[in-house]
Amino acid sequence: MRIKNTIIFSLISSFFLIFLISIWKILATLQGLNINSFNIEVLFILGFLISLAHLGIANRIKSIYKSIIFSSVFVFCDGYLIQKLPIWYNVGVFLILYFFSYKIGKYSFIGLKEEHSTQVILFDFLTLFGILFFSFVILFPFYMMLVTSFKTQIALLVNPLDFSINFGQDIKDLFKSYFVIFKSYKFGKYILTSTIVSVGTVIITLLFAIPAAYAVARLNFFGKTFLSTSILIIYMFPAIVLVIPLYTIFSQLGLRNSIEGLLIVYTATTLPVAIYMLQGYFKSIPKELEEAAILDKLSWFGIITKIIIPLSIPAISSVALYVFMIAWNEFLFSLMFLDNPNSFTLSRAIQYLSGDAETPRQYLMAGSVVVTLPVLFIFVYFEKYLVSGLTAGSVKG
Amino acid sequence: MNDTLANTEKKTAYILTLPAVLLVFAIILFPIFANVWISFKEVELKDIRIPEPRAKKIVKSIPDEPSKIKILYKLRNSSLLQEIRDVSFKDNFPKNFQIENLDSRCEYTKSSLKCEFGNWPAKYKENFQVIFSINDGSEIDKKTLKSIKPKLDGKSDNILLNTNFTLKNFKKVLFENEFLDLLLTTFYYTFFGTVGSIVFGILTAQMVNQKFFGRTFMRSVLLFPYVAPVVALAYTWELLLDPNSGTLNSLLLNYQIIETPINLLGQKYIEIGIFGFDFKLRLALTTVIMFEIWRYFPLAFLFILARLQAIPKELYEAADVDGASPFQKFFKITLPQITAVISILFMIRFIWNFNKFEDVFLLTGGASGTRTLPINVYQQGFAISDIGMGSAVSIVIVVLLLMFMFFYFRLLGKRVDEN
Repeated sequence: MRIKNTIIFSLISSFFLIFLISIWKILATLQGLNINSFNIEVLFILGFLISLAHLGIANRIKSIYKSIIFSSVFVFCDGYLIQKLPIWYNVGVFLILYFFSYKIGKYSFIGLKEEHSTQVILFDFLTLFGILFFSFVILFPFYMMLVTSFKTQIALLVNPLDFSINFGQDIKDLFKSYFVIFKSYKFGKYILTSTIVSVGTVIITLLFAIPAAYAVARLNFFGKTFLSTSILIIYMFPAIVLVIPLYTIFSQLGLRNSIEGLLIVYTATTLPVAIYMLQGYFKSIPKELEEAAILDKLSWFGIITKIIIPLSIPAISSVALYVFMIAWNEFLFSLMFLDNPNSFTLSRAIQYLSGDAETPRQYLMAGSVVVTLPVLFIFVYFEKYLVSGLTAGSVKG
Repeated sequence: MNDTLANTEKKTAYILTLPAVLLVFAIILFPIFANVWISFKEVELKDIRIPEPRAKKIVKSIPDEPSKIKILYKLRNSSLLQEIRDVSFKDNFPKNFQIENLDSRCEYTKSSLKCEFGNWPAKYKENFQVIFSINDGSEIDKKTLKSIKPKLDGKSDNILLNTNFTLKNFKKVLFENEFLDLLLTTFYYTFFGTVGSIVFGILTAQMVNQKFFGRTFMRSVLLFPYVAPVVALAYTWELLLDPNSGTLNSLLLNYQIIETPINLLGQKYIEIGIFGFDFKLRLALTTVIMFEIWRYFPLAFLFILARLQAIPKELYEAADVDGASPFQKFFKITLPQITAVISILFMIRFIWNFNKFEDVFLLTGGASGTRTLPINVYQQGFAISDIGMGSAVSIVIVVLLLMFMFFYFRLLGKRVDEN
C-alpha cells in the first residue's frame, strides 16, 4: 500500500512538474529563445526523483533548504547540462521549482498511509493543474493580442515565434500600430460612434425599463403575469430571426447606416434583461416606504424618482454597465445595418479592416486591443456588481 | 374609494409599461410576424428598395444666344423591375424666366414648371429638355439654377405588401440546400458546444470553490472570454491558428510535434487513426466548437459556482465523518445538488448556441464544413441576396427550437414526476 501510494504520488507530482515547466518553456520560446524540445523524459525523471527524495528526506533538513537544493539541482540539469539558456529563464525555472517543492511539502510518508490519500493527492494536484491550465488557456490569447499589436510586420515574418517587446525603442515605434489605426483608419471616429451608441442605449433603456420594472414589481394590473413571462421568453428569442425583417423595414424607412436605427434595435433587445433584473431588485425594497409616500400624496413619478431610484442605485448601475457592455460588444446588427464606413461602430470597423487581406495583423490586433480594453476595464473594476447581476439575469450571448 | 384606487393603479401601470411594451413589440414581435410573411414570398435584396422616379438636372447655355438657356433633365425609373404610376414633376425657376417650348404634358404657371408624366415602366429613361429665355437681360447664375432640385413623385407597388404567396422558399430550404447536412452541422455545433461548456463549467466551478491564493482574481479571469467583444477574440484565435504564420502551428513545428502545418480553420476533415481504426474528424467544425466552449463555459461556471456556494457545509462534514473519499463526495453530494442548474443551463445554452451566428461567421465564414443554420440565413439573405429564402431558413430555426423546447420540457417534467 505504502509503495503503491508513494509511486502514485511521485507520478502525479512529476506530471504536474512537466506541465509547469512546459508552460514556462512555451512562454520562453515566444520570447525568442531557441528551445526545440520539452525534454519530457528528463523532466519526468527529475520530477520523480525529486518527489521521492522529498519523501525520503522528510524532516531531516529544514524545508527551505530542501526546496533550494531541489531547485538548484533541477536548474543545473535543465538549464546548464541539457541546453545553456539565459539567466532570466533559469531564474524562472528556479522559482517554479521552489513553488513545486513548496506544494509537495505537505505530503509525507505518514500522510500517504491514510485512507483515500491518493484521491486527495489527485484532487489537490488537479485543482492546481486546473488553475494554471485555465489561466493559461484563457489569458494566452489576450496576451498574444496585446503583444502582437506592438510588433512590426518584418519582425513577425523573420521569426514568427519571437514576441519579445523591445522597450528600448522609441515610443513612436512601439505604438506605431496604434498611431496608424487612429490616423489612417479613423479609429477615433469609430470609438466615438461606439461610445455614443452604447451610452445612448444605456440611457434610453433605463428610461424605459425603470418605470416598466416598477409597474411589474409593485402594481397590480391585468396582464401582469403575461407580461413578466413574456419578458423572459422574448429574452430567449434568437436575434438571427429578427435580422432579415428588420433589415427590410429599416431599408425602406431609411434607418440603415444610422445611429438612430442601431439605438432603437439595441434598446429593444436589451430592454427585457433590464426589466427582468430591475424588477427583481425593486421587489426587495420594503413596501412601507412607498405607502408613506402615497400618504404624502406623491405621484408615481415622485415615488420612482424620490424613493425607488435612490434606493436602487447599485442595481441600476449594474444594469447600466451590462447594457453598456452588450451594446459595445454587439456585432450582428452592426454588421447587417452598417455598410457605410462613416457610421461604423468599433466592432464593425475591425471586421471591415480584416476583410482586406492586406491589412497587417498587428493593426488588426491593435484594433482588437482598443475594443477589448474598455470592456475588460469596466468588468474588472465593477466586478462585484456585475457578477451578482450576471447570475440573476445572465447577459445574452 | 377602493375601486378608484385600483383603477388609478391600473392606469398608472399601463402608462408605465406602455413605452417599453410598444418598443419591444415594434422591434421584436412585429419583425417575427414580418418574417413569417416574407418567408412565403419571392423577394430578393434588390426588390426591397422602393422604386423612385429620379431626375438629373443639367444646365447648359446655348451658343450665340446669351439670353437663352437650355435645361436638360435626365429622367429615369430607379427600379429595374417595377413600374411607377402617375409620375408628377415640379421645378421652380427665377421670376424673369420665360418658357420657350412647353411640353404637352406640362404647364408653366407662376415661374414653376409642373408636369404629369403618366406611368413609367421599369428601366424607363427619358431626356426631357426645356428652353428658357430671359427678357430683362440680366446674367444667368447657373449654379443657383442647378441647386434648385426638381421634385418628383409617383406611386409604385411595394413588393412586400402585395399578397402573392408561394411555398417555394420552404421547398427549397427543406429539399434542395443539403438541409440534412446543415441540420447535422448545427446539431453537432450546438450539442458539443453546450455539453463542453457545461463540463468545463463544472470543473472550473469545483476548482474555484476551493480556497487558494488569488481566488477572486481567478474568478474574474475565468469570465474574460465571456465579456470581451467577439470580434477581437475571433480574430485573435484566427491569428493563433493560422497555418502559415500562426503561433500554434509555429510552436508545434518548433517542438517537432507535427511536420506540416495544420489548417485548423480551413480543413474540413482530418484523418485520425486510433487503435488501427481510421476515422474522419471534422476539423474546422471541431475548432469552431472549441472556440465556442472557450467563450461560453464562463456562464456555466458562474451559475454552477453560485449553486455550489449554496450547498450546506454540513453535508460534506457528515460525509467526512462517514469516511467518504473526495470522488465519492463529488459524485454523491455535489453532482446531485447541481443537476437542476445544469438542466437549466443546458436549455439556455442549447437555444443560444443553436442561433449563434457571429462566432462561426467571424472564424470561418461558414466555409469548410462549418455552415450552420444561422450562417445559412445570412448567406441566403445577403450573399445570394434572396431575402425570402433567408426568412424561410430563420422560420425553420424557430420551429426547430420550439420543438426542442417542447420535448425538453416534457422530458424534464417526466423526470420531476419520477423523483
